[in-house]
Amino acid sequence: MPMPDQDLTHDTMSSRREAVRSPEPAPLKLHVPEPAVRPGGTPDFSNIRIPRAGQVDRPNVDVDAEAIRDLAFSVIRVLNRDGEAVGPWAGALSDSELLEGLRHMMTLRAFDARMQMAQRQGKTSFYMQHMGEEAVSCAFRKALAPGDMNFPTYRQAGLLIAGGYSLVEMACQIYSNTHDPLKGRQLPVMYSSREHGFFSISGNLATQYIQAVGWAMASAIKNDTKIAIAWIGDGATAESDFHAALVFASTYRAPVVLNIVNNQWAISTFQGIARGGSGTFAARGLGFGIPALRVDGNDYLAVHAVAKWACERARRNLGPTLIEHVTYRVGAHSTSDDPAGYRPKTESEAWPLGDPVIRLKNHLIVRGAWSEERHKQAEAEILDTVISAQKEAESYGTLHSEQRPSARDMFEGVFAEMPPHLRRQRQEAGV
Amino acid sequence: MTRRTMIEAIRDAMDVMMSRDDDVVVFGEDVGYFGGVFRATQGLQAKYGTSRCFDTPISELGIVGVAVGMAAYGLKPCVEIQFADYMYPAYDQIVSEAARLRYRSNGQFTCPLVVRMPTGGGIFGGQTHSQSPEALFTHVCGIKTVVPSNPRDAKGLLISAIEDPDPVIFLEPKRLYNGPFDGHHDRPVTPWSKHDLGEVDDGHFAIPLGSAAIRRQGKAVTILAYGTMVHVAETAAAETDIDAEIIDLRTLLPLDLDTIEASVKKTGRCVIVHEATLTSGFGAELCALVQTRCFYHLEAPIVRVAGWDTPYPHAQEWDYFPGPARIGRALIETLEA
Repeated sequence: MPMPDQDLTHDTMSSRREAVRSPEPAPLKLHVPEPAVRPGGTPDFSNIRIPRAGQVDRPNVDVDAEAIRDLAFSVIRVLNRDGEAVGPWAGALSDSELLEGLRHMMTLRAFDARMQMAQRQGKTSFYMQHMGEEAVSCAFRKALAPGDMNFPTYRQAGLLIAGGYSLVEMACQIYSNTHDPLKGRQLPVMYSSREHGFFSISGNLATQYIQAVGWAMASAIKNDTKIAIAWIGDGATAESDFHAALVFASTYRAPVVLNIVNNQWAISTFQGIARGGSGTFAARGLGFGIPALRVDGNDYLAVHAVAKWACERARRNLGPTLIEHVTYRVGAHSTSDDPAGYRPKTESEAWPLGDPVIRLKNHLIVRGAWSEERHKQAEAEILDTVISAQKEAESYGTLHSEQRPSARDMFEGVFAEMPPHLRRQRQEAGV
Repeated sequence: MTRRTMIEAIRDAMDVMMSRDDDVVVFGEDVGYFGGVFRATQGLQAKYGTSRCFDTPISELGIVGVAVGMAAYGLKPCVEIQFADYMYPAYDQIVSEAARLRYRSNGQFTCPLVVRMPTGGGIFGGQTHSQSPEALFTHVCGIKTVVPSNPRDAKGLLISAIEDPDPVIFLEPKRLYNGPFDGHHDRPVTPWSKHDLGEVDDGHFAIPLGSAAIRRQGKAVTILAYGTMVHVAETAAAETDIDAEIIDLRTLLPLDLDTIEASVKKTGRCVIVHEATLTSGFGAELCALVQTRCFYHLEAPIVRVAGWDTPYPHAQEWDYFPGPARIGRALIETLEA
């Protein structure tokens, strides 16, 4: 039986021995989990057990959840240290598909950098970047079919970029300008695009998880072919919505893929606070009879292969799959916090799963499909594309400019038809 | 036309809508095979199959959460929360999600969803089966709140609610399920079969949301009420022999302010009655609107009669309930002012 790999540190084992040694129980005391290191300390990820690439079996999609319990405690990895794709999850993405995937991740990274800067320049109020987590949403998107619906959180913009959504519209949403598709009503990065299979982001954490299950149930009620994809962060799995989602997904065998992006940090709170005594987040699925897997979230090929596997299960009416993407949030939670206040400054450099862009780049070089030179050239091209999208968006205004959605827009869309009391208020506002 | 109890009328509304529209689905705790603890969904599973009427786990958050996802997909869920008192775990899904989805997505995703819940006391249900949380919904932007007072309205309003493109909270005064409760708990209730409003149109029949009904014409004072209190107010008017005009609001949001305004301008006096607790209750909103609209026509202060600001008690239910005697005293006080 595999052992939980993240919580059974030497410290907890010795405290258990201590607890049973004395004849009488010691006075009770509250256990509050602490991360391995705090600012000033030396980054340490030695408690995260990472198997070598290619070591985890790839079961058939109709496997029983019981039979693959160990996958909830291991990590599915494809790319090895030499940049080779190895093992049963290596998949069959072509050179051109992988190059496209690389371009998506590089575009997301470049876009993030520009928008982060734009926020610092006062062009918007707020931004959230993806640094380190680009593979998760970009690779997953490639496993989906038209009509499938994502119920994302705020750090899955790769779903939009890899889904062909316009960078200009994204930037317009961030700037809340006259071309903002959401008319200035939503906080920056809370995108919505039904056409691109991207459900409106709430901002209240976890609410979308149970909604994804409902959307998937609706697809099954209508004997449709579409599936739903739910997204949540490690911290928000503590919300009741997460647990309700697992109950309903399990009960009705909903065609949904339940993703947990474990990027180690919920603002300043390390993942052990939400995870508690359970070995991994994926293990949460086991009590519900939901097949649960962990995947190297910084490995584009592994994420894609696992996504394909889970989506096939959903589409074949085999029910939900829970996937924990093991990754690391390199940047701050948002433009409103400074990670130096809660974790060692060099922690991201010690993260053992590396950088998703560099890993895919190296793999493509090993395959003979890419080179350092072409990579540099692509970086420059992508930056140009992003800057020109940004410029176009800025021509429609930025948050504090004159070009913004009208106050009249504020009153629209609360209901399909404006009720009398809102009409009176709009008149009173004089708009 | 068929004589129906309120429960039968509500069931008939769902039946009519399920037969007309395959996108209408009905679910909740004990709702499927058993047909609901109040029998509102009896027979629907047998008639429409388990994928359109089914039991759910005991998770109000889950019921409303999946309903929001289904509505976004394009279905029209009509879900039951077993008692309004149980809706709090679902409140975030109602307030932050269902109510705002159209607005925040600029109409890309909408939420045509009905949440039915039995409300109000008078059945010795204690504090967890008696509450009237309507003001917690009327305070939220993006949802409509409906409280019917009789079988005919219940059917017509529920059909409108299911057809509405936005989320609707449908509060069913459970004390009225079997008859027009007059506020005298020590007397038997007249069954709906002996009441005019127990005559319910067959087939598809809609009453638009946002229209009030004048239940009793009068000149001396206007009583604003909804749900159970419409009937209790009628008793109070009869027992005090006061020529009150009783307005049954039917929909709290959108509110039929024109009907209210015309009546108060005519009578010059206004008594507001609800079973929910007084402070920050919907009566406060009504009071503010009436004084703004009708100030120069008012001949007496507006009076509110409501549940006391305590949790709904068990043994003291009839001390808590704003019955005909309290309403009658308020009417006299208003006329003497």
